[in-house]
Formats: sequence, C-alpha cells, structure tokens
Amino acid sequence: MENEKLVGFAGKKALKLISLLVFVSLFSFWLVEQSPIDPVRAYVGEMAISPEHKAQLEEYWGVNVPPQEKYFNWAVNILQGNFGTSLIYKRPVIDVILERFSVSLVLMATSWLISGILGFILGVIAGMKRGTLMDKIIKTYCYILAATPTFWLALLLLMVFSVYLGWFPIGLSVPIGATADNVTIFDWLYRLILPAVTLSLLGVAQIAMFTRKKLIEVLSSDYVLFAKARGEKGLDLVLRHGVRNIALPAITLQFLGFSELFGGAILVEQIFSYPGIGQATVQAGLSSDVPLLLGIVLFSAIFVFTGNLIADIIYEFVDPRIRQQEAAQ
Amino acid sequence: MSSATATLKKGLFLGLNLRQKTILIISLTSILLFGILISSLILGGEALPTNFGSKNLAPSLAHPFGTDWMGRDMFIRTVEGLGLSLIVGFVASSLSTILAIVLGIFSSLSKKTDAFVSWLVDLFLSIPHLLFIILISIGLGGGVVGVIAGVALTHWTSLTRVVRAEIKQLKTQEYIHISSKMGKSKLWIAIKHMMPHLIPQILVGVILMFPHAILHEASVTFLGFGLSPHEPAIGIILSESMKYLAAGYWWLAFFPGLSLLIVVLAFDMIGDNIGLLMDPKSAHD
Repeated sequence: MENEKLVGFAGKKALKLISLLVFVSLFSFWLVEQSPIDPVRAYVGEMAISPEHKAQLEEYWGVNVPPQEKYFNWAVNILQGNFGTSLIYKRPVIDVILERFSVSLVLMATSWLISGILGFILGVIAGMKRGTLMDKIIKTYCYILAATPTFWLALLLLMVFSVYLGWFPIGLSVPIGATADNVTIFDWLYRLILPAVTLSLLGVAQIAMFTRKKLIEVLSSDYVLFAKARGEKGLDLVLRHGVRNIALPAITLQFLGFSELFGGAILVEQIFSYPGIGQATVQAGLSSDVPLLLGIVLFSAIFVFTGNLIADIIYEFVDPRIRQQEAAQ
Repeated sequence: MSSATATLKKGLFLGLNLRQKTILIISLTSILLFGILISSLILGGEALPTNFGSKNLAPSLAHPFGTDWMGRDMFIRTVEGLGLSLIVGFVASSLSTILAIVLGIFSSLSKKTDAFVSWLVDLFLSIPHLLFIILISIGLGGGVVGVIAGVALTHWTSLTRVVRAEIKQLKTQEYIHISSKMGKSKLWIAIKHMMPHLIPQILVGVILMFPHAILHEASVTFLGFGLSPHEPAIGIILSESMKYLAAGYWWLAFFPGLSLLIVVLAFDMIGDNIGLLMDPKSAHD
C-alpha cells in the first residue's frame, strides 16, 4: 500500500518534470527566437569576416533553418547531453553550467540555512512575546526588509564593508592569475561572506512572519490551554508544543522559496562579482549567448522543481496532519 | 503581516480608532505617491542641466541627495526615476490583473479549464521570476515594452490563485445554490453574488502586486535588461552609482534606493490597510 503510493508519486512527479521541461524549453526557445539577436553577429562580435566565412557560420547556427527544425535539432542534441557551446566562454555549455552552479549552490545553501534558522528563531520570539516591544521590532524589521530592493542592500553592504571598512576587496572574483581550482577554502569563505549575508538578511522576513503567525495560532489552541492548566509555561511550553508543530510547515515554506533564492543570487552575484550561475546568466543575457542562456533556464527550472518536490514529499509522506487534512477535504 | 502597519504608528495617533488610523495612513501614503507621480510628470521630458562646476557634491541643503558626475541634482533624478517606476508598475500590474481575472474566471468554467489554468500557473512558477523577466525582455528586444511585458507576464499567478480559490469557495455557498435553484441565470449570479466578494480581493491583490512589479522592474533595469540607459530609471541610477562606489560617493546609491524602498513600503501599507478596512471583522476593532 505504502509502496504503491510511493511508485505512483514518483511516476507522477517524473511525468510532471518531463512535461515541464518540454514546455519550458519550447517557450524559452520561442522567446529567444523572437528576439532581434543575430547569432552570427553575437559570435563574431565586431570582427570583420569574409562573406564565405559568414555563410559558413550562418549554416552552423542555422540562421536560415525554420524555427521548428532548429528547436527539434537543439532538443535532440540536449537529449544526447549536448547543450551546445557557450559563445562567451568558448566551452561546452554543460561544463560552464555545472561549474558555475556548484559555486552558486554553496552561496545559496549557506544563505538558505542561515535565513531559515534565523527567521524561525525570530518568528518564535515574536510569536511568544506577541504584542510586546520585541514583537513590534521584529515585525517592523521584517516589514521593511520585505520592501528592500536586494541589489540596493547589496550595494550598501559593499559600500560599508568594502569601501569604508576595507574588510573585503571591491571585486570579489578570483584573484588575477589564479584559476578557480587553486584558490584555498579560506578564499572561498572570504568571498562568500558578503553575498551570503545579503541573501540571508533578506530571506529572514518571509519565514519569520510565517512562523510568528503559526505560533500564535498554535498558542491559542485548546491543547496549549490544557498544557498551561497543567502548569507548563514559558520557553518549555513553546518548545514542547509550539516549535514541534510549526517546524515542518516552516521547513516546507523554505523549500518553496528556491525560485526567489535564485533570483536573489542573480542580483547579489552580479554586484559582488561572485563567479556563480547568476553572474553567468547576466553575462549570457547581455552578450546574447543563446545556448548558455537556454541551458541556464532549463537548469534553473530543475532547481526550482527540486525545491517544490522536497516540499511535496514532506507534505505527502512526512507530515501526518497535512495528509489527514487532505483526506478530509 | 497585515497588522504590522496598524501598530507601526500607534504612538502617533493614539486617540484614533483603527478605522480612522487606516484611513489616515492610506491618505497620507497616497498623497506621497501622487506627489511623486505628479512632480515627475512636471519634471519629465526635460533633460537635466549638466553643470560640471558642481559635480559629485555631497548632500547639502541646495542638493538634498547630492549631485552626480555630471553635476545633475540627484533628488530630481530620483523623483523622475520613481515616477517612471510608478508608471511602469501601474501598466504592468494592470495588465497582470486583467490576465489574472480572465484566467481565474476561465478556470471556473469546467474541470478541464481548471486543470489547464493550474498547469499554466505551475509552468510560470517553474522558472525563477527574475530569470523569466530577463528572458521575456530579451525576447522583446528590451526597452519599456520588454520590461512591462516581462513583469506583467510573471506576476499574475498569485492573484489568479486567489480569484480561482474565491470562486471555488463561493460556488459551494448555499445562497448561490438557492439563487440558481430559484432560476437566476449564471451571469446574474456572477454579477450580483460573486462580484461583490471578488472586487475587494482583486483590489487588494493589485495594490500588493504593485511593489513587486516596481522592485522587479528596478532589478531588471539594474542588471541592464530593462529600460535603456538614457531613461532616468532608479535601476539605471543605481547601476551607474556602482562605478563611483570606490570613490566614496555613497549618496549616489543610498538616497535613490531608500526612496524606492519608501515607495514600495507605501504601497504595502496602502494594500494592507485597505485589506483591513474591507474585512468587516477587523474594520471596527
């Protein structure tokens, strides 16, 4: 019975991912196809080339091929694991994406964890001390943060910590002359700090407000009233009855935030010149590197899908309450 | 989140009840936003005088936000940029709202259309918003049209879900059933019974969509995919300011960004407070 459900769930999700990727690829391909980008121009840049060479390149990029056929060729190549060659890096797209994505994953995972834990703690404090000054401070902080432009906060941090205090260099990319492989782990951590702090600070707002609301709900429930009548109080009460009940929904919410996380990473990486997938996205977009851009779109879709999938798994298999609620509906 | 605004300024208006307070907050923030819009329209179009005699001045009484490397007053540039943001945000959210209403109603027609709309929502949520806006903007060749289309096409999902859920819930209500048993047409029920419930929800949804639209427009423009560099947009101002950060000209980035934050916050406040007013449970607290 449980096994059957598992297989059904996996099958459904796999189908969903495939259909999603097909339509995302179709849609994004169509969008880029609409754009006035000339792939040959994008490839050669400002160089002067002979007409024969141009014709050769046009054939290579399929300028005169109808779009359906172009999409079909591209999709078949991708199925064979060939994402094409990036125009700006002059390397296979898949290599660029894997390298960049792993760098970004470190940044995203760090800020995801910090913002999750910090937001949860703040939310619990605000919910416990509802109506007090502490609660108001936390609420105001979250309210303002939710309205703060990511890139502006990043700029402020860069100004304060790099320009005034001089703790960090202004461009935080790999030092000149060193390749990404031979930087030490400390160089990594060093470069990670400011972007991760920016993303963490901003990520706190949503999770804190959610936790606060849920905790207040739980604290006004009958079983908490009963626990209070038995003499439980303070932090003990909240830990025993509150946190246990709100941890799972909060974790689920955090997993659903992968899309926002990716968007934040694009902005933050651009400002701190952190050599991740976000920076590659902006470069690919600005210099019309179509193969790389489409590859990134596909991988970002898989990334977001993974977050949603984990949230769904928690929903279906881990949390008995949500399962019961669904059955009741 | 919604009660945050009500308590935020408690100290200032102690004598007022919640209803008076919310109306006061809504009026004040609306005046602020209209002021920005109107002054930017009055200023708009005119190229700012460049005055190299007063370039890169720190904030002072004559130039509250300082001046940039061409001696232009940053305060005026910021107001113009905010006005532009408001217009782009308004057009984009309006388009998005129309899309959301149409799709929300479409989803209520049958099971198949409902499945289609949910699938469409999932599809649009599957690519990170910012990346999607960049993609659409590239597809349409950038510029104002690209940004507006990008923002409009990515922000309808949450409002569609609200409209869809609301219609679904209304359909199960007894008075709707009774009304239809008494021979009222579907259209009549939709207009007389459903619309009064939907309109406040949609209104709040639109106002709360605004700040997202404005922030995304500024972000995309900042990255270089949105409005063109000679428009006085906030995103452009901030990306220009990056070149001067190392020189210590902090006011180039600080004030325009702070103004953007205040505008976004003003919209959040208006949306939340209208929501409070329209909800009969909280309107008379």
